[in-house]
Amino acid sequence: MIGVVTRRRTADVVSKILMGIASAVGVFFLLWILWTTLKFGIAGMHWDLFIKDTPPPGTNSFGLRNAFVVSLLLLGLSLAMGVPIGLMAGTWLAEYGFRSRTADTIRFINDIMLSAPSIEIGLFAYAVVVAPAGHFSAFAGSVALSVLMIPIIVRTTDEMLSLVGRDVREAAIALGTPKSTVITKVTWRAARAGILTGILIGMARITGETAPLLFTALNNQFFSTDLSRPIANIPMVIFQFALSPYTNWQEMAWAAAFITVVFVFALSLLTRLFLGRVRVQK
Amino acid sequence: MVNVPVSAKPPSIPQSGGADRKATKLAARNLNFFYGKFHALKDINVEIREKSITAFIGPSGCGKSTLLRVFNRIYDLYPGHRAVGEVILDGEDILAPRSFPALRAKVGMVFQKPTPFPMSIFENIAFGIRLYEKVGRSEMDDRVRDALVGAGLWQEVEGKLRQSALGLSGGQQQRLCIARALAIKPEVLLLDEPCSALDPISTSKIEELMFASRENCTLVIVTHNMQQAARASEYTAFMLDGRLVEYSETSQVFTRPSDRRTEDYITGRFG
Repeated sequence: MIGVVTRRRTADVVSKILMGIASAVGVFFLLWILWTTLKFGIAGMHWDLFIKDTPPPGTNSFGLRNAFVVSLLLLGLSLAMGVPIGLMAGTWLAEYGFRSRTADTIRFINDIMLSAPSIEIGLFAYAVVVAPAGHFSAFAGSVALSVLMIPIIVRTTDEMLSLVGRDVREAAIALGTPKSTVITKVTWRAARAGILTGILIGMARITGETAPLLFTALNNQFFSTDLSRPIANIPMVIFQFALSPYTNWQEMAWAAAFITVVFVFALSLLTRLFLGRVRVQK
Repeated sequence: MVNVPVSAKPPSIPQSGGADRKATKLAARNLNFFYGKFHALKDINVEIREKSITAFIGPSGCGKSTLLRVFNRIYDLYPGHRAVGEVILDGEDILAPRSFPALRAKVGMVFQKPTPFPMSIFENIAFGIRLYEKVGRSEMDDRVRDALVGAGLWQEVEGKLRQSALGLSGGQQQRLCIARALAIKPEVLLLDEPCSALDPISTSKIEELMFASRENCTLVIVTHNMQQAARASEYTAFMLDGRLVEYSETSQVFTRPSDRRTEDYITGRFG
């Protein structure tokens, strides 16, 4: 009896130590990445980053205005395309599909898409948008990013709507409310914090994605908001500038990476804030 | 104790000692209901008197709530649930295959668990009214106020109509749900164990609300609380294993039940 207890205690202590070591290793590398980005990123911060466009090679100038502005445009366009599709698909699964074979098959495919390599999504967008059009474009980049975002929104919308109690829906139906109104005015409202969380997670996912943009939006060293043409964007600028031999370009790459990390951090904080509201509502 | 063969069919019309002049508002005829293959309601024949309170009592799983859910066809939401037979409301069979769009305007329902919508107290009441009427701002204010006064909730929420209904207590939420159902002026109100989750004070407020509502509305209540059925209803139906065993005036059911099973249930021998 004593032997069994001692063995269990030993196994417990050993497990705790091993888990602690694994956590420490993971946190160490995360902190190292954040520290490195912070150290080199702050060194490259400059007011000109926000008011001037990307400089040509061989100059000592700073500027990422075109990349910042157009990246936000790209993000907005991706949201405009991805959110309605993801929201509607997730709503269909939760409100009409339930646990039918069709709905479960869609969920399975959606889960595969969640972990699809982003470069494959980029190739897909190249095949369906760039190749037929004959040129790269911001629109193609938005298509690629929205395809990356949609599975996340589908999944979170489906799960959040499923958490809304059956009784609330029945109460609305019992008043004579048409089903579409029940969905838009009652269940969406009840699940809004969770749905918004899914959208924020989707945004965080596509921020900084480079591979899909390699085949679609490409890059542009000028300030252009023409969606039918290649445009400047932060991930491609980081990719190009980091590998360049120019010191100011390398510094700008680190600064851009730092700002991207801050943006994703802010989105994550917002997500946690909404998640906290979801728990309170339960 | 009256010796009545257990196999005798119960009357579909409540037996009453006095002259019962009230018309039939809602009737079930040879009603059977199935959850998939499970036969939940068996040959139910019952006539609910208008502008009265009818209580359905019986042990858990006997089909009381199922019967209520047939009366407003809420079972339509779920595939595999089907009703066979007739349910007549004002001369029309509501189970007929054609759609019955106005049914839920006529037959309201309040559920066991309070279900306020995730919106303000004001919007909870206004929501149902807006489904059927185009009402101006000041008239809507009056209608919401009347509904909350009728529910005995006005004084408790007067200064906080724009606050979330989810912040109310359980009893207040249930009265809000009743007010919301009554705001669209249904002709029949179904209440599925409305007080089971509430304290005695909230329960008595809801019973007062029920008494006040029956002047304009026919109420059907499912309850496990026999004392509530005895004090709040005029007619009581006892159900067992999906069948209607006895249906009579409440005073008769609780003092001179004609079926042995009814007597056993109300005296606590089973259930």
